[in-house]
Amino acid sequence: MSMLELRGVSKSYGQGGAEVHALREVSLTADEGEMVAVMGPSGSGKSTLLTIAGTLEEPTSGEVLVAGQPISTVSRNAKARLRRRVIGYVFQDFNLLPGLTAAENVSLPLELDGLSARKARVPGLRGLERLGLDGRAGHYPDQLSGGERQRVAIARAMVGERRLLLADEPSGALDSANAQAVMRLLLDACKEGGMAAVVVTHDAQLASWADRVVFLRDGRVTDQTAVAPGPESLLTPERNQ
Amino acid sequence: MSVRYAMLALLSEGPKYGLQLREEFEARTGEVWPLNVGQVYQTLQRLERDGLVESDGTSDEGPQKGFRITADGEQELARWLRTPPDLSSPPRDELVMKVLVALYVPSADVHAVIQAHRRYVVELMQQWTRIREDDAGDLNTVLAIDAELFRLDSVARWLDAAEARVNRAASDGTPPWGDQASTRNQTRAPLPRHRREVRVRR
Repeated sequence: MSMLELRGVSKSYGQGGAEVHALREVSLTADEGEMVAVMGPSGSGKSTLLTIAGTLEEPTSGEVLVAGQPISTVSRNAKARLRRRVIGYVFQDFNLLPGLTAAENVSLPLELDGLSARKARVPGLRGLERLGLDGRAGHYPDQLSGGERQRVAIARAMVGERRLLLADEPSGALDSANAQAVMRLLLDACKEGGMAAVVVTHDAQLASWADRVVFLRDGRVTDQTAVAPGPESLLTPERNQ
Repeated sequence: MSVRYAMLALLSEGPKYGLQLREEFEARTGEVWPLNVGQVYQTLQRLERDGLVESDGTSDEGPQKGFRITADGEQELARWLRTPPDLSSPPRDELVMKVLVALYVPSADVHAVIQAHRRYVVELMQQWTRIREDDAGDLNTVLAIDAELFRLDSVARWLDAAEARVNRAASDGTPPWGDQASTRNQTRAPLPRHRREVRVRR
């Protein structure tokens, strides 16, 4: 099942001569258990695509469906509920609240959704434990390393019953080893947790973790990778002789 | 990778049979560089001729013939490990040539050419990443695949940079081969040393 579907989505800002087309007729799907990477240079429309997919912005034309539900038909409150319960965000600069501990940051979306702090803490701690951060639950963001902060951000994006992960350059501020670890966590969330993920990045090494890579240029989808064949195709003796 | 020095490195751990050397070479390079039996024995014969390894003296030329490294072999291996490979001359890269040629061919869309190569490179990187994750416990394989991924990544980055330069040149109204009229009378900056040497050879 498609957790995210963009059908002919366009987005423009301004009018007349000052009109800027950020996205043009973009169609994209991300199924349960699938990680899709969107690659493109700065200004290609990657971040706009993600904010529209996350229902934070409305498209100028076209349709967005999250978990099969057309966003244009749901109320403002229902959209906010969808963002709290179904969609998880991972930002490049983590966006953790500095006055809250790691556990409080992770359980915050559940509290905002009406759960008591005490009840929200349980899945929050479980999320931290899943990402190897159980010893850091009481630490504040400035007491954590960059890699740990990003893992807390991923735990927050996955807490509860989220089914769609949207990540904007999720490892841009990290070194190579931590960046790979972040991508491994996102992929595990898809393969083991059944989530769908859309990761936007300009980095080919990070995009290569995805099941499918979609290329964006000047607001248009220009190309995508084919489904990768089995790894053994690179290891045949004929190729190496 | 040099099979010659890989054999010396394996023998530096202790005496081994020919078949064992082949199996260990493949295992330690994560089967990224498979060897055939002929390559192994030819290399061992040359190493023996050069006094870098010695065999156990049996007349058996088959897989059970044993080899050990000599003192000269140990020295040669140490020298090789510390010697950087020659990276001073840029390789003649077919992909680079294709993008450069596309700039001059009137019917070619250079963006489409760049994207075709970019897609291929990213598809290869997807496959290598999957192999690395499947073999995450094997350090030799992981390191060999990391090297390949970094190499392919540099190709992808070059394609991005090339596209950005082509776009900039188009928005400046400069033809992709440069504004020759305005540069004809200007003094060119000296080329890097190896480029000048290449020109002298021509």
